[in-house]
Amino acid sequence: MMESGIINILVDISLMTLLGITAIGIVRSRNLFATAMLSGIYSLISAAVFVTLDAVDVAFTEAAVGAGISTVLMLGAMTLTRRSEKHAIKLHIGPLFVTIGIGAALIYGTVDMPPFGSTDAPGFQHIVPEYIAGSRDDIQVPNIVTSILASYRGFDTLGETAVIFAAGIGVLFLLGRRREDEEADESSNSGKGEDA
Amino acid sequence: MRHHLILRVVSKLLIPFILLYALYVQFHGDFGPGGGFQAGVIFAAAFVLYALIFGVQAARRAFPDSWLAILIPLGVLIFAGTGIASLLLGGTFLDYDVLASTPTGGQHLGILVVEFGVGVTVTAVMIAIFFAYAGRTHEIQDDDW
Repeated sequence: MMESGIINILVDISLMTLLGITAIGIVRSRNLFATAMLSGIYSLISAAVFVTLDAVDVAFTEAAVGAGISTVLMLGAMTLTRRSEKHAIKLHIGPLFVTIGIGAALIYGTVDMPPFGSTDAPGFQHIVPEYIAGSRDDIQVPNIVTSILASYRGFDTLGETAVIFAAGIGVLFLLGRRREDEEADESSNSGKGEDA
Repeated sequence: MRHHLILRVVSKLLIPFILLYALYVQFHGDFGPGGGFQAGVIFAAAFVLYALIFGVQAARRAFPDSWLAILIPLGVLIFAGTGIASLLLGGTFLDYDVLASTPTGGQHLGILVVEFGVGVTVTAVMIAIFFAYAGRTHEIQDDDW
């Protein structure tokens, strides 16, 4: 028991160190290609952190979306713009103090948080015991995350799906079918002249 | 990147397994980790990989834009339609108990159908967003990096 505790702590420390190094690399790098790849690496390490917290579903999403699709989209967007960030970094004292103040307040806030995995945590008090018992007895689905997402919180998930739908429609309106339109415009323009 | 022999062979080998794994995550989501959202992203990632290696035009032939226009709303309609079906069968909106002969069976069926709807919309939206971005640039040459 002690052995596994020490191993867990070592794994946590090394993952957090890697996260910190990657974050510093993202901040310091002026090359956008390196920044995009580093943020993909950051997502992959975050996924490993979620696995150590037993949040496998979240880790799954983080690895697929954060490290996979969004890195590719970032690279795709980068081909439309410059490869390196402009050198315009000055030291702003005000924002620095605001950031340090908020960071200190957040760290101070963690002092009162219940220990990890504690069943007395407020998050586990209100309605969660009912969900857990219901998943076991009524729905009989081993993955409680799925039963909460799809059944207990079905309205939320329907809303999330509608948000993804809206995002897709929005991107299609802004960016989609641009090529064919332009080609059509060009061909019609060349035929009719510039009367439009 | 068509002339990278190793990338081409490895990705051709991997893509069927990525698609199969996405289907596993989709339909096994109530027993293991995963569900419609993750499955949709993994399924779309297979097409993104295909587009990166073989070009966006080839990927567009494999997954035409007309499918996207159907699949993006279809997933939401499957989800909302499940809710309306449970309304018509005498339950409340998205109450899966009434969908089958037993409440537990109804819950299983409802979760499976609803997750499938999520997966369909997520797959189509992810591919559509990727195509929309990638379609704006010329093919990326190796020297561009």
